[in-house]
Amino acid sequence: SAFTSGVSLESSPNTMEHIKCPILQEIMKWNGWGYVDSKFQFNKKGQAEFTGKRYRLSGMVMPALKEWFESTFGASLQHKTPAIPNSSAVQPPILNEAFVEDLKSTGIPFSQDAEDRVFRAHGHCLHEIFALREGKVGRVPDMVVWPSNHNDVVKIVELACKHNVCLIPYGGGTSVSSALECPPEETRTIVSVDTSQMNRILWIDEKNLTAHVEAGIVGQELERLLNESGYCTGHEPDSMEFSSLGGWVATRASGMKKNIYGNIEDLVVHIRMVTPQGVIEKSCQGPRMSTGPDIHHFILGSEGTLGVVTEVTMKIRPMPEYQKYGSVVFPNFEQGVACLREVLTLITNVFAGHALKPQKFYITKFKGFDPNRLCVATLLFEGDRERVLQHEKQVYDIAAKFGGLAAGEDNGQRGYMLTFVIAYLRDLGMDYYVIGESFETSVPWDRVLDICRNVKERIIRECKERGVQFPPLSTCRVTQTYDAGACVYFYFAFNYRGLSDPVHVYEQVEHAARDEILANGGSLSHHHGVGKLRKEWMRETVSRVGMGMLKSVKDYVDPGNIFGNRNLL
Amino acid sequence: MLKKRDDFEDILEERRNCSDLRYALKCYTPVVYKGLTPCKAGVLKNMVLQSDQLHYVINQVSKETGKAPEDVQEEASAILEEMAHRMQLSTVRFFAFTLCKVFKTLFRSICVNEEGIQRLQQAIQEHPVVLLPSHRSYMDFLLMSYILFTYDLALPVIAAGMDFMGMKIVGEMLRMSGAFFIRRSFGGDKLYWAVFSEYVKTILKNGLAPVEFFLEGTRSRTAKSLTPKLGLLNIVMDPFLKGEVFDINVVPVSISYERILEETLYARELLGVPKPKESTSGLFKARRVLSEDYGSIHVYFGQPVSVRSLAEGRVNRCQFNLTPRHIPKRPSDDVHSFVNAAAYRLVRAQEENMVLKPWVLLASLLLQNHHQDLDQDRLTEEALWLRDVCRQYGAFLHWPDHVPPSEVVSSSLDLHRGLVRISEGRVPAGPSGPGVHPGAGPEEQLLNQAVVVLSCASYRNQALHVFLRPALLASAMHIATSSNKQEVFNSFSFLRNMFSNEFILCPGATMQDFEEACFLLVKTGVLQITEQEVLSTHRGHRTLAFLTRMMDPFLQGYQVICMFLCEEASEALTEKTFIPAVRGFMVKQLLSGRLRYTEVLSSDLQKNALAALLRLGAVLKTKGADQTTLKVNRVMVNSLEDTLGKKPLQHLWFEFSS
Repeated sequence: SAFTSGVSLESSPNTMEHIKCPILQEIMKWNGWGYVDSKFQFNKKGQAEFTGKRYRLSGMVMPALKEWFESTFGASLQHKTPAIPNSSAVQPPILNEAFVEDLKSTGIPFSQDAEDRVFRAHGHCLHEIFALREGKVGRVPDMVVWPSNHNDVVKIVELACKHNVCLIPYGGGTSVSSALECPPEETRTIVSVDTSQMNRILWIDEKNLTAHVEAGIVGQELERLLNESGYCTGHEPDSMEFSSLGGWVATRASGMKKNIYGNIEDLVVHIRMVTPQGVIEKSCQGPRMSTGPDIHHFILGSEGTLGVVTEVTMKIRPMPEYQKYGSVVFPNFEQGVACLREVLTLITNVFAGHALKPQKFYITKFKGFDPNRLCVATLLFEGDRERVLQHEKQVYDIAAKFGGLAAGEDNGQRGYMLTFVIAYLRDLGMDYYVIGESFETSVPWDRVLDICRNVKERIIRECKERGVQFPPLSTCRVTQTYDAGACVYFYFAFNYRGLSDPVHVYEQVEHAARDEILANGGSLSHHHGVGKLRKEWMRETVSRVGMGMLKSVKDYVDPGNIFGNRNLL
Repeated sequence: MLKKRDDFEDILEERRNCSDLRYALKCYTPVVYKGLTPCKAGVLKNMVLQSDQLHYVINQVSKETGKAPEDVQEEASAILEEMAHRMQLSTVRFFAFTLCKVFKTLFRSICVNEEGIQRLQQAIQEHPVVLLPSHRSYMDFLLMSYILFTYDLALPVIAAGMDFMGMKIVGEMLRMSGAFFIRRSFGGDKLYWAVFSEYVKTILKNGLAPVEFFLEGTRSRTAKSLTPKLGLLNIVMDPFLKGEVFDINVVPVSISYERILEETLYARELLGVPKPKESTSGLFKARRVLSEDYGSIHVYFGQPVSVRSLAEGRVNRCQFNLTPRHIPKRPSDDVHSFVNAAAYRLVRAQEENMVLKPWVLLASLLLQNHHQDLDQDRLTEEALWLRDVCRQYGAFLHWPDHVPPSEVVSSSLDLHRGLVRISEGRVPAGPSGPGVHPGAGPEEQLLNQAVVVLSCASYRNQALHVFLRPALLASAMHIATSSNKQEVFNSFSFLRNMFSNEFILCPGATMQDFEEACFLLVKTGVLQITEQEVLSTHRGHRTLAFLTRMMDPFLQGYQVICMFLCEEASEALTEKTFIPAVRGFMVKQLLSGRLRYTEVLSSDLQKNALAALLRLGAVLKTKGADQTTLKVNRVMVNSLEDTLGKKPLQHLWFEFSS
């Protein structure tokens, strides 16, 4: 555990028994991404390696990474910025004694342990992790409670209403929108409702191909359990190792295979949510209804402001018979984008997903291509074997029209694998004065190239103006495609040596980049959500009337602002 | 107030010492916009013809007119053919060679700020560039290309008026040196507009070449900057506003001629002698011109202005999110006002970097001197005084301090001997050129005199922007009924509004202009301004008198036009007959001695005054079947006349003739 026993914890000595329900918390970093045992580091020879046994990359030495790291950021292994190993000053909890008493009588496990509270006080925004690495902790939840089923949640919400306590639902903790940050001005007791114990598949309906699942289940666990029965959901967001079903619903998540399976809003058939006004759900599981505005859409993307999602009925599919990775190298990003657009208009069903990234470090040289401009598309095909092979050929034929050359299955698979370990890279950077983040948007096709160029340029320009001494990494990739547009990710990182307040500089640049995105016809967010980080742009995004609609829903469902994380509105 | 400006380098100096031919044939490898792939004229045309923008309009026109899309496409192709440049390095080299010879004969020097050139070179590599030179002479765009060629910079494509096309061979040669030709008016022609705007945008977006055009739309015949035209500026800003490029650098360029080639030509034109049609033979007849001395030219490449930073906080670019960008749309109000404000800012940037020669000051002084012959010493003394005032106001004055002032004055007078006669060390009252023959009839004499006066005025006008705001304040104090600050401000505001077609006055900046004027006049000890009052100081009298007299011809001109409209204008007055009628009225008044300033005969002033009166609603246009008649609101015009004159006109005349 990251907290040494030497840290004084402020909970009173006669606290109720300390219940250690969390499983993931035990094996996850408290101030960085992912598993404690998995991380990038430079070994004694100065070569990069990835520790642990969990990933294909684990245990591998990557000599090229050091060079890439040093040349891209001007970073040096001599200049370290290690994380402070523990956090000292956690504020003592503000406790509503009457609530605690009533809660105790329900028998639902809870904790006031500082470590538990700090763990649930943040997501993975740069400023959150940076502060933790410096040992700085702001307002954290005063208690953590672990309901084990829907009825527990009903009881917790009733008690919270009765005693005017603030609830913040907590799923996998992978938010990148400041959604989990406790509002510093909140004076009531803040209770983190950790749904991780609600992690069962309640039933599978093979006739209708649906599964009824508790919302606290984590993505990889859901897939594992379904696979045991020969099914899958096909919903695979990059965070699926840690993020939860409830979190997906609350943020309108998107997975990399959405071209076949759909995004979360396409996958849910039924949602059950506990609100201060009671439980909201539909009366049947009809595949589509015309019953006024779809109430699911008040819940999808509500970001924990209306209630706790407890159970979800999801579509499932038989596991694919055949799966094949692939990759294509394009001479430049423009050609790659044009190709993806074309592929999309011709092929549906089998083309599971792809990502298009310029200047990737796993393919740096390719015959006849300018290494500074080449771009790689990674591909994944799923379905019955014959059709996969047929479509694979079709995709490569199209790619050839755009100057793309097949670059092998291995590169494709490596690309997908990198999706999961890329988040660990930031922690490595933070050991050596490099901070960064990725952020996303969605944009119509005709603006993809323009938005990429302008946002990248804006980032570089803003860094210069704000005194960043080294040229920043400013790059992007197309991660999702739709008929009417695409999802674009921007990666931005820089070496902050010489800056007194690097996080502030980072935030200013990201802010400017978001302005630029909006000015170029991009959306506020494709799937990360708004949280508190992007709230200021909500009004212009959904219009004044739209804001009013959302507000009036909040006012009706939660007049006492029990779900007071202050996201979104 | 004094701005740091760059130093100049004479680019003709080297040309006088080494081979022009070698220069013209030199290795020319300009730096280009990043990522640029060179593009042949044919490729460019295809890009334009195949653009979504043009396709959309072609289909639209086809639907509206019932013509087959292929036919409309043909039309578009023909328009493009007529318009497009065909830049050829060989032609450029030919021009370079020829111009060397011509320039060396005509001019003593062509001075360029090299730091500006370096900034431009930098700008070209970063973002697409738009060059905005001032426009005072036909020379301007050849000169621009010549300079850019000299410095190994990318040659611009230049928007030129169709009238050049009349000069057959020359027109084609200009085309081959980068000019493209646009019709003077194509108001309702959608297709033409689409081809034209797409052509310019394609060049710009792809960074194929800097785009050059004249913000003022046409050559200023008066040397005053003209109210900027927004059409092309709108087009070049569009790719930025729609996110098609990250930024665009706009570079204002100020070209100052010590003596303008077209000097008396302009004056005649302003007096109603029709403008000779541009023709090749006409150009060659101008060979006489080659034997004269036209002094020096100063070309100042200003600070590149980033369109992105201009638009920051002023235009919400999200407004383009909801319609496909290839569908042409009228600029929204905020885009329009942004482009308008930017245009004024850029014209002012041109003005600020105009180099003023001593002659400009002499011309200003001579125009104000009606009473007696000046001896040259007195003129020198006055010029030195004005030089110092000018410098205090931050003018970009090139007065050679190492030369004795009397020499500066006499060499200036000598260069402009066509406009001022000097006899026995005395300069006669008012400008009077050799064109004034005592034998001619009174009207002819008056017009000949006016040619000289207007020529001189065009030099004074070069300095107008320096004095404009203080001069408006001085005049405002003169016409205000008291020294009460609010009243003076009201008068200032009135004059500013009245003259906003005449001078470059940014819309909506009344308060700023007033404060700027107050600041300058207080700083130089001319005024004392308290909470309540604006008072002139004893030592400020001379400056105030100078400034007021500078404005007088304009005040009187507008006033006489008001008088004409009240007293003489018939019901049948039309837009077409307005100028001749006003001119006739003015000539009568001048001949009878009731009007002092021959300068008011300038059709520029008359047109501006009419535009102002229309804008203020004092005159209304009614479009008839074949002509537009003007309807005068007598009450309003009367009151404008009174305000402009403060006192009844008779009184003013008395003052002038005493």
